[in-house]
Amino acid sequence: MIQYIAKRLLGLLPTLLLVGFLVFLFVHLLPGDPARLAAGPDATPETVELVRKDLGLDRPLPQQFLHFVGGVLRWDFGTSLRTKRPVSSEIGDRFMPTFWLTVWSMLWSVLIGMAIGIVSAVWRNRWPDRVGMTLAVSGISFPAFALGMVLMQFFSVQLNWLPTVGDDTWRHYLLPSITLGAAVAAIMARFTRSSFVEILGEDFIRTARAKGLDERRVVVKHGLRNALIPVVTMMGLQFGFLLGGSIVVEKVFNWPGLGRLLVDAVDMRDYPVIQALVLLFSLEFILINLIVDVLYGFINPRIRYR
Amino acid sequence: MNDAPLDTLPAAPPLVADEHVRTPWSEFWRKFKRQKVAMVAGAFVILLVVVAIAAPWIVPFDAENFFDYDQLNARPSLRHWFGVDALGRDIYSRIVMGSRISLAAGFLSVAVGAVIGTLLGLAAGYNEGWWDRIIMRICDVLFAFPGILLAIGVVAILGSGMENVIVAVAVFSIPTFARLVRGNTLALKHLTYVEAARSLGASATTIVLRHIFPGTISAVVVYFSLRIGTSIITAASLSFLGLGAQPPTPEWGAMLDAARSDMLTAPHEAIFPALAIFLTVLAFNLLGDGLRDALDPKIERR
Repeated sequence: MIQYIAKRLLGLLPTLLLVGFLVFLFVHLLPGDPARLAAGPDATPETVELVRKDLGLDRPLPQQFLHFVGGVLRWDFGTSLRTKRPVSSEIGDRFMPTFWLTVWSMLWSVLIGMAIGIVSAVWRNRWPDRVGMTLAVSGISFPAFALGMVLMQFFSVQLNWLPTVGDDTWRHYLLPSITLGAAVAAIMARFTRSSFVEILGEDFIRTARAKGLDERRVVVKHGLRNALIPVVTMMGLQFGFLLGGSIVVEKVFNWPGLGRLLVDAVDMRDYPVIQALVLLFSLEFILINLIVDVLYGFINPRIRYR
Repeated sequence: MNDAPLDTLPAAPPLVADEHVRTPWSEFWRKFKRQKVAMVAGAFVILLVVVAIAAPWIVPFDAENFFDYDQLNARPSLRHWFGVDALGRDIYSRIVMGSRISLAAGFLSVAVGAVIGTLLGLAAGYNEGWWDRIIMRICDVLFAFPGILLAIGVVAILGSGMENVIVAVAVFSIPTFARLVRGNTLALKHLTYVEAARSLGASATTIVLRHIFPGTISAVVVYFSLRIGTSIITAASLSFLGLGAQPPTPEWGAMLDAARSDMLTAPHEAIFPALAIFLTVLAFNLLGDGLRDALDPKIERR
């Protein structure tokens, strides 16, 4: 088991290096001179040269890349061009709100999504299925920012039940996490349903029914475990979607998180912040997929770790 | 990502072995016809396309340069069907014109992604070995960036604007198509009819284009229509974030962003663009679902 995880981690190294290299190259792909960008529009050519030296942009590319990797390993991403603070503390301030928002969204959406999917599969082509699948297809078709605006308008403005912006109490988390999780819940519901429908048609389910097990045991014991295998994989992919979706949702709810930091950074061409955030988001995504792969093995004993 | 489960997508076109002469087309149509919802969705998509093409001739007002200063933020009326926005522009005209942008963004970006992705997938699946490893490694790297993040990165490099959004969304469609087609190619290339073609001396290009590629089409078509919905949402999201279409362009996502400040007094400014995006994406998703059910040989329900 540990061997397997170690092997997977090693297998990630080339991907990580490539991702890191792309993110590093990012500065050089930007139109214009990064040193001028850092020095500001009013800087004299001498200042620009100084800044260039300071940032190490005058050195050959491979050396710059090593410097970049070294910095990343020490959690040093340089200084934000906009606030002049270290990027790491800029990110540190904003990390937790986004983290909790993502976790809560994931939790409710996976639970509800799977429940809807199972109900739909068990009562296939009857009314619970139709209701569930109508909800699901609407869920994947409604853009998160529109949903967020509608929910805020209704619950915060008209009914005045919930706060509109900020992240102080659990009540602040309700609307943003519903908004962020809605699409994921919908995808999970559709995916769970199709996976379950397939499993319920298998021979071993018929055997279970034939030997007189009551339906609930058939569904829970024989169906669920097998149907969960592809669903868990899907979950990992959805987490990436949530990380991306949080960028949009954070703008709607004025959330003090990483997503807004990224959008502001792109607006202001604050490239050290963009670099660090892109790297961080991808790293999270890769790690979560690794965790999912490991989870996979727990549910599916047919997979042997080699 | 609104990704449809890859493994429930069809692997090969329906088998046509019957006493009647059934072409894949007639078989597809026979099954697709039975899906009432998908038929309606398909009709709606056609209507949207017609509206988008005819937009400049059917809008009652100029979407960008007509300002009705007497009716700022006015509610829907006979003169202005969907009301007036904060600058006095007719929302109905802007929505109709915006359909061109959203449909073009959705369609073009997925088309570019599908063509490049399919070619890469065919090359990777047929050649295996080094080709396969390099192409799949690139896909892994692209997959390592969550969808919209990749798009934001591309926009950060190319600058904001709708053309760049299309490029950005295309880039993140490529790996999904490449993986899908590669999987199908791997499955198809060991089938007897491909072996037969090879033993007759067909060249690799002929085998891939004439014998393997047609087998992957149905999967690509299904994924294409499901992907358009996702891409329209992504493009609108980028505009909503201020990274896509710039004012005064009547892009639906950008219109929603502009409506945020007037949500209290003029909610209709947000409702109509939101509905436009929702209905358009819903139609493409329902159409995609119907196509999948009609093209997947595994599904022979009811």
